[in-house]
Amino acid sequence: MTIDRIIPLASLASPVAAQPLFSRRNAVVALAASAALPALAQFRVEISGVGLTQLPIAIAPLRGEAQAPQKISAIVQADLERSGRFAGVDASGQQLDETSRPDLSLWRQRRADVLSCGSITPLADGRFDVRFRLWDVVKAQDLGGQSFVVTAGDLRLVAHRIADFIYEKLTGERGVFSTRIAYVTKVGSRYSLWVADADGENAQSALSSPEPIISPAWSPSGQQLAYVSFESRKPVVYVHDVSTGRRRLIANFRGSNSAPAWSPDGRQLAVTLSRDGGSQLYTIDANGGEPRRLMQSGGIDTEPVYSSDGASIYFVSDRGGSPQIYRVASSGGAAQRITFNGNYNISPSVSPDGQWLAYITRTGGAFKLQVMDLKSGTVTALTDTSADESPSFAPNSRLIVYATRQQGREALMTTTLDGKIKARLAGQGGDIREPAWGPFQK
Amino acid sequence: MIRTQFKRACFALTIAALVAGCSSGVDLDKAPVEDRGATATMPGANTGNTGESSVAPVDLTQSARPGEGPVGVAHVIYFDFDSFVVKPEFQGALEGHAKYLKSHTARKVMLEGHTDERGGREYNLALGQKRAEAVRRSLSLLGVTDAQMEAVSFGKEKPAVQGHTEDAFAQNRRVELSYR
Repeated sequence: MTIDRIIPLASLASPVAAQPLFSRRNAVVALAASAALPALAQFRVEISGVGLTQLPIAIAPLRGEAQAPQKISAIVQADLERSGRFAGVDASGQQLDETSRPDLSLWRQRRADVLSCGSITPLADGRFDVRFRLWDVVKAQDLGGQSFVVTAGDLRLVAHRIADFIYEKLTGERGVFSTRIAYVTKVGSRYSLWVADADGENAQSALSSPEPIISPAWSPSGQQLAYVSFESRKPVVYVHDVSTGRRRLIANFRGSNSAPAWSPDGRQLAVTLSRDGGSQLYTIDANGGEPRRLMQSGGIDTEPVYSSDGASIYFVSDRGGSPQIYRVASSGGAAQRITFNGNYNISPSVSPDGQWLAYITRTGGAFKLQVMDLKSGTVTALTDTSADESPSFAPNSRLIVYATRQQGREALMTTTLDGKIKARLAGQGGDIREPAWGPFQK
Repeated sequence: MIRTQFKRACFALTIAALVAGCSSGVDLDKAPVEDRGATATMPGANTGNTGESSVAPVDLTQSARPGEGPVGVAHVIYFDFDSFVVKPEFQGALEGHAKYLKSHTARKVMLEGHTDERGGREYNLALGQKRAEAVRRSLSLLGVTDAQMEAVSFGKEKPAVQGHTEDAFAQNRRVELSYR
């Protein structure tokens, strides 16, 4: 994927108004649909929920979009709505592009606080020139924009970059729309490991197998996936380079090998091995070699995950009689128990900013996603489904992707950390599980 | 002596060949997955004695094909919910396997632990492992050497029976003894 240039658009001079940018409005619940594509695991994004503070934004269709291979404005709108921070405002019927001076009173009437407009122009060599500009409707200010020259194949990526620009400009936080997710599907007896855009589109198969694949884990560089494969009829751990398909078997010891987790420097992985009896935690060099035992316990220790400063490893252990989440220094030593509610807490995912721990709790027979504020210990339930699995934080710590079951079908969902805005990435065939959110692309 | 050949090394080499220089996307369906059986039982291979009254022994308990092991003995041990204890009713079956393994010291058994579908995948992998190791301990107490056994787990990934009923759950909580 290459973008030839990203050029900031020169600002158009404009007067400044006195009102604040953010104001409380009634949130608009929007349903966004993306075009269905021919590959197996394609998604429609369905967004539900009402958030407290959502910035109303009008994303005008780009001039020339109707004839273009991708509806850029629709992709941008779906991205921004899925974040839970924006509500789309009807932007139809206006002919605008990045050079327009829009009639902002019209947009104020439509209750938009922000307006985006732009153009997409085919070039003689087959590529496309995409430009956009962002307007603060309330302050009547030009917030800037960008221009791109790309091939048709990279138009979706451009839309995600535009959504990132808008998100960052208005929230001050980094957008995750240009990141990727990995997940596993099962169709009949065929398992596939997919790499897709964060909106679920553009999925490409990294691995296809007649035996199960579980526990995909992105390397910090975003270039490799570790996972557990049963292709040799016992669980073993591979490290797989996504762009080349080359893979290395790094854990094939006696017994079961599973639960790979990367250290933040990408140099080693924590894994669960049964080579010495029981399921215990070890660390192993990312190139393979002799594992080093992390701890010894009389029970099951599994599902390790590093904190993003690399100093700690969170993990699941039933050393106390039932599975709970603990934390240990990544050099080993005494472990500290983290979860205390209920008698079954598993599948930890810790936010990159170190503030939150997402995990699955079993309560009354239902498996439910919860998130804990690590400073205060306060726990919030996030879902009303009862078969939640494998949560994974987005790299900006603002969203969680997880697997669940709705109407008897497995599905991937994203949720904001307050549980209020959810998006369903519904698969079109087979069952979907084991999502892992990739890092920011460097 | 009839020897059985394990083709696992061949399989691993094939995968290694697939890995080198692959463009993105690895399709394991194209790799030969099955273990190919060795040559069929050859009666009378241990010749030496001739004469019209000699009888060439054919020993069906010495299965030349992988995947068999002792005949007439259960190859699946079932477990109660939340339990990792081998119930007494399976002791006879384990004794049958132990006897087989002690008299066929070149054979190896994979003890494949499974759980029902409830719960997380990795934690269930560890629970299945616990069941497989319970069976290994029982076999070890019956005199089977460690070298002839490997305890692995499939967690909840390979149910024997589909379904969300207690009956289906009960049939999935198991250890399978697999001679490869």
